Amino acid sequence: MGSEKNKTLKEITKNKYQYGFVSKIETEKFKPGLNKKIISLISSKRDEPSWMLEYRLKAFDALQKMTPPNWANLKIKPIDLQKIIYYAAPKKPKYNSLDEVDPELLKTFNKLGISIDEQKKITGVAIDIVVDSVSVATTFQKTLKKLGIIFCSMSDAIKHHSELVKKHLGSVVPYTDNYFAALNAAVFTDGSFCYIPKGVRCPMELSTYFRINEAGTGQFERTLLVAEKDSCVSYLEGCTAPMRDENQLHAAVVELVALEGAEIKYSTVQNWYPGDEKGNGGVYNFVTKRGICFNHAKISWTQIETGSAITWKYPSCILKGNNSIGEFFSVAVTNNFQQADTGTKMIHLGKNTKSTIISKGVCAGKSNGSYRGLVKIAKSAENARNFSQCDSLLMGQNCGAHTFPYIESNNNSAIVEHEATTSKISDDQLFYCKQRGIPEEEAIGLIVNGYCKDVLKKLPMEFAVEAQKLLEISLEGSVG
Amino acid sequence: MLKIKNLNVSTADNIQILKNLNLTINEGEVHAIMGPNGSGKSTLASVISGDPKYIIKTGEITFFGENLMELEPEERAVLGLFLSFQYPVEIPGISLNNFIKTALNQKQKALKLKTLSPKFILERIKENAKILKINLDFIKRSVNVGFSGGEKKRAEIFQMLMLEPRLSILDETDSGLDIDALKIVAKGVGRLRNGKSSFVIITHYQRLLDYIKPDFVHVLSDGKIIKSGGPEIAKMLEEKGYEWI
Repeated sequence: MGSEKNKTLKEITKNKYQYGFVSKIETEKFKPGLNKKIISLISSKRDEPSWMLEYRLKAFDALQKMTPPNWANLKIKPIDLQKIIYYAAPKKPKYNSLDEVDPELLKTFNKLGISIDEQKKITGVAIDIVVDSVSVATTFQKTLKKLGIIFCSMSDAIKHHSELVKKHLGSVVPYTDNYFAALNAAVFTDGSFCYIPKGVRCPMELSTYFRINEAGTGQFERTLLVAEKDSCVSYLEGCTAPMRDENQLHAAVVELVALEGAEIKYSTVQNWYPGDEKGNGGVYNFVTKRGICFNHAKISWTQIETGSAITWKYPSCILKGNNSIGEFFSVAVTNNFQQADTGTKMIHLGKNTKSTIISKGVCAGKSNGSYRGLVKIAKSAENARNFSQCDSLLMGQNCGAHTFPYIESNNNSAIVEHEATTSKISDDQLFYCKQRGIPEEEAIGLIVNGYCKDVLKKLPMEFAVEAQKLLEISLEGSVG
Repeated sequence: MLKIKNLNVSTADNIQILKNLNLTINEGEVHAIMGPNGSGKSTLASVISGDPKYIIKTGEITFFGENLMELEPEERAVLGLFLSFQYPVEIPGISLNNFIKTALNQKQKALKLKTLSPKFILERIKENAKILKINLDFIKRSVNVGFSGGEKKRAEIFQMLMLEPRLSILDETDSGLDIDALKIVAKGVGRLRNGKSSFVIITHYQRLLDYIKPDFVHVLSDGKIIKSGGPEIAKMLEEKGYEWI
């Protein structure tokens, strides 16, 4: 029986990454390399105001004094920033109507299962699509505009909503924050900007879809989401990339600002190319995501991380305001040679602040998954509450699950709870399912979905089904 | 439908459990298997349904002419084999409802039949829940998680009714059940007893057999069937114990 299982394991880990195609889109791109000239070119290419270029150059100066972080539980080949292409864009990047869109590009979206046209009509999800370095399509802008909601590409935002961007960009993640945040600030090319005015509840899901297409390019997108007083928004992002033998770098920054009484729900389904079964290729995913909550505000991060060769990502909340709430719900799946070091930081500054962390790690193949989380209760945070639950599910003999929880409490009134479990899918569970006629592959999918249910149910409906399927695909045949 | 010939079975650490066991079950028959603890009753149930924990040394098991030993447990299930587990397994986060739907549709898929509509499944769920006096809220709970002993067994019988197997093996389904629950289990079996479906009832006690009348009773001891006959054997065992044989 053991050998049969190994056979299934081998067969299925060969399972092709289904988004691994390359689209033949005419692209304009820069030469590889990172220097002030390239940064100026990026800025001028995008018609940016001078303050933006100055900001980028300052970030570049900061970057040169920094080194890549090495504290994570990850083995990474050194990344040569000079070998990366920092700007690549479909030649005709922006369209007024769908009829003008390059048919190849539309085909790409159809293959990815997102028909922009259908999205527009049926699902009621407004999407912004970023291919390589630029945003190529944003839907539903007019409907949103009536409510005063701004949802557009970062380039458009810098041009048309300069003051808002200037005020908030870097306010949550300054370029001095870390190496990859500095890199992003220097070279970011596009991303999404979203602004919800005071008291407005955004009537639809806002969504951005990221796609790396060109070889040798990095993707450095920047997302900024500002929710004014008492507003409410749910935002989702998805991402895929072609299969390539090289490692592609993705270093994004996401900043959320939840002003008094505002609520932001931010969901991610990350499915960058994870590399092949021998560990070749795959996206290096270094992402800084952070939100700040003012009084009575709430930020909720939900992430399903199944892709990337390397994931380094800690969506965090600064609970600055009194009575503010931070949440982090995560499923991180690693298979083959994938490595993930992910978790969150909950920084409690205000009084009566609350945070909840639910992290579910699933490790298969020869992969390694780590949860790394910090719960910090500042002296000022009277009556702060935190509950953390970190579970790991191991599949097979050759993977590793690690948990690194850090708790720092400087206020005696705080209550911080931490629970952790490590488990395996038992042979008894598998046999039980199989006896009912459910084959091994499906049984594993079912059991893992059950294990991740607490997190999956936090996803918006539109994404929940997709995420469940994704989990099944990522783990097919991974019991060895 | 089920033929077992000269079956020898061991555990992974080579302890022989079943020794030259022979058993034939025809369509529509109910067989009770009794015997002292450790005689191999549960092992027999597990081996028929394909539990990889046991190693078949020699012998044959066929089900409707198919060599069961070449089939995966799920393939056996699709052929119509069902095991009511002695110790049902917990699957956190998956509702009984979702679980049974998945099982039904995987079976349809394996048989290259159309997916059953949620409406159709719901009707069947309601119908069977009523027979077993199961509250619909119970169906929404995670499979066997936090179920009492009685609830677990009832959930097993519920799955049996949903899957409509051709051969059901009830492994000590009556253990730990009160008299009302016992009647409900018997009712469930009665529901499927239509002259075509067959049952193997593994039990320690005569009392279940008061409600489910077996056609045959076998006594298993030290891995062998040492006595076979009609319901009278069960009565004798109840009165005199295994010493009698």
